[in-house]
Amino acid sequence: MEQNAHMDEKQPFLKVENLKVHFPTQDGLVKATDGLSYALDRGQTLGIVGESGSGKSVSSSAILGLHRGTNAKVEGRILLDGVDLLALNNAEMRKLRGKEIAMIFQDPLSAMHPYYTVGNQIAEAYRVHHKVSKKAARTRVIDMLELVGIPQPDVRFDSYPHQFSGGMRQRAMIAMALINDPSLLIADEPTTALDVTVQAQILDLLQNLQREFNTAIIIITHDLGVVAEMADEALVMYAGRAVEHGRVKEVLTHPQMPYTWGLLSSVPDITGDPNARMVPVPGNPPSLLSPPTGCAFHPRCVHRDKVPGDLCTTELPDLVPGPRGGLHLKRCHLADPESIYQNEVIPEIAPDLAEER
Amino acid sequence: MWAYAARRVVIGILLLLALSLVTFILFFASPADQAKLACGKQCTQAQIAVTEKALGYDKPVYEQWAGFAKGVVAGRDFPIDQAQREAAPETVTHCAAPCLGFSKYYGETVNSLIKDYAPISISLAVVAVVLWLFFGVLLGIAAAVTKGSILDRGIVGLTLLVYAFPTFFIGVFFLKYVVVKWGLLDYPYYTPIAEGGVWGWLTNLWLPSLTLALVFLASYVRMTRAFVLESLGEDYIRTAKAKGLNSRAVLFKHGLRAALTPLVTMTGIDFGTLLGGAIITESVFAYPGLGLLTVQSSQAWDLPTVVGIVLIAGSFVVLMNIIVDIAYAFIDPRVRLG
Repeated sequence: MEQNAHMDEKQPFLKVENLKVHFPTQDGLVKATDGLSYALDRGQTLGIVGESGSGKSVSSSAILGLHRGTNAKVEGRILLDGVDLLALNNAEMRKLRGKEIAMIFQDPLSAMHPYYTVGNQIAEAYRVHHKVSKKAARTRVIDMLELVGIPQPDVRFDSYPHQFSGGMRQRAMIAMALINDPSLLIADEPTTALDVTVQAQILDLLQNLQREFNTAIIIITHDLGVVAEMADEALVMYAGRAVEHGRVKEVLTHPQMPYTWGLLSSVPDITGDPNARMVPVPGNPPSLLSPPTGCAFHPRCVHRDKVPGDLCTTELPDLVPGPRGGLHLKRCHLADPESIYQNEVIPEIAPDLAEER
Repeated sequence: MWAYAARRVVIGILLLLALSLVTFILFFASPADQAKLACGKQCTQAQIAVTEKALGYDKPVYEQWAGFAKGVVAGRDFPIDQAQREAAPETVTHCAAPCLGFSKYYGETVNSLIKDYAPISISLAVVAVVLWLFFGVLLGIAAAVTKGSILDRGIVGLTLLVYAFPTFFIGVFFLKYVVVKWGLLDYPYYTPIAEGGVWGWLTNLWLPSLTLALVFLASYVRMTRAFVLESLGEDYIRTAKAKGLNSRAVLFKHGLRAALTPLVTMTGIDFGTLLGGAIITESVFAYPGLGLLTVQSSQAWDLPTVVGIVLIAGSFVVLMNIIVDIAYAFIDPRVRLG
């Protein structure tokens, strides 16, 4: 018994194990997510980064069971509080949706139904999981709208989505997602459709609410700035797989994988040297139908020749601890990525930083 | 909202005025001698002249049209010529506003003609619209939610097959086989509600209305299927699922609501057009509705009746469009009018 209790304590709140989401199409099997594993505790934030089509949204939708009823093949295990979500039947999964696991979507205008009032849509989310009167739900929604910082919430309850500004709509979406006090919140590019000042407000709001409710958050983004501000852990995805995973500070200051270097190079730095080059990742995202052999990043990797033989083109590297320690994982054949990053990448993307040392 | 509706009504009335003028001009551009046709083949030159005066054909087109327009507003007496009315007061027919004219061919006012013929067309259209909407939307939703399955293909294929048959074929098939050969249903004769009650009225409308509905069924199935599929692909459907709603609520409350807008538009237009008479169906079943009246009066060059029908049919279309526009405001809050 005691041992069990001990085990439970060690068990992370969310554990994704070898998650695969494959879509059979007429042209062949699309491996949108291919063997993804991570863990997340309550009150912690995981930032999943990657370019379009890297599988970040697809893998997170799988947690919510949104692929059910489609032809997607989902394999692996998703343990939430020890319960395997993929083993639940549809009715059980539906009870968790919106209650234990909630999601915020990228474009709040299209994510809300144009024909129903904002208040009604949020109240609907509450009443699915709570047997309460319309009036009680209304009171609860107004409280929630106030919490996310919408002025005059009792009046705004009866407004339609098109009468809200972009930032307001995203606040309303957050209210909708958090109204049932979910223990896990998935935010799929929550600030992409918003301008920069509103972005900052929304991220602040999410952080405050996380502190208040001790929610675990997965934030999906292609913006490393968002990850730097919000996340405790960062997971970089490429072609449906994790290519780098570790504490945010570690991943952002000592990246071990050329793709992460590419992402960092392509971030414009407003405080940095205006003469520093902004380097895009060369080439195009890989086809998920026929991914490159070996390491999926090899056709775009400029450091490929530093790996002996044709290892990069023939063998998929494992996701293993890098030279800097056990918690920082990387999927790369490079023997000493740290020195390449310090000596070759930093001088190119941030010359002033390189000179300082 | 009401200002908007009033504006639409005014525009509608102007549209109908223009419509009647165009119909007038078209008829007068034709080489037929209206008075001679109205009078009959055996008429002498003198009799034709009398008829010409009685119906006002001796006046220029714009004056005739002005008289017609005035009759719509204030009513009119026939014959138009005052001297003729005074000479034989017993032959005077008063046509109360909105007067649509007097048909010499039928020997009565166009108003009373339409009063006799319109209920049949309206009955047919009402039962048909209920049939095709009910089955069209139902089958369309079934096809959409089972997209790509045998059921979906079956529904779409079968309705398309039905659509490929001309109306007169389906109508004649129903009459010859379902009624005469197999004796499954009684031969349909139009029975007003006042005579046969609602049931008698309805049972006699089954076959002609079904014939009419089958024409529209295929397009409504396909439209509903397309609109529902489009709506189900929207982001807000994903949100609805993420809330934990069951699939019934997702489909009916969120999915169907958005598909309603284009369906209401199409139904309004089709129903409005159909109220003006279904020429083929009415001919096949010998139902004396506006469609049959259109055919008869056109063949007889009976101008007043044709103008009257055009105007009535036009009014139905205009009216349905106004109703659709107002219905929009109730369906879609984004077009709610200040």
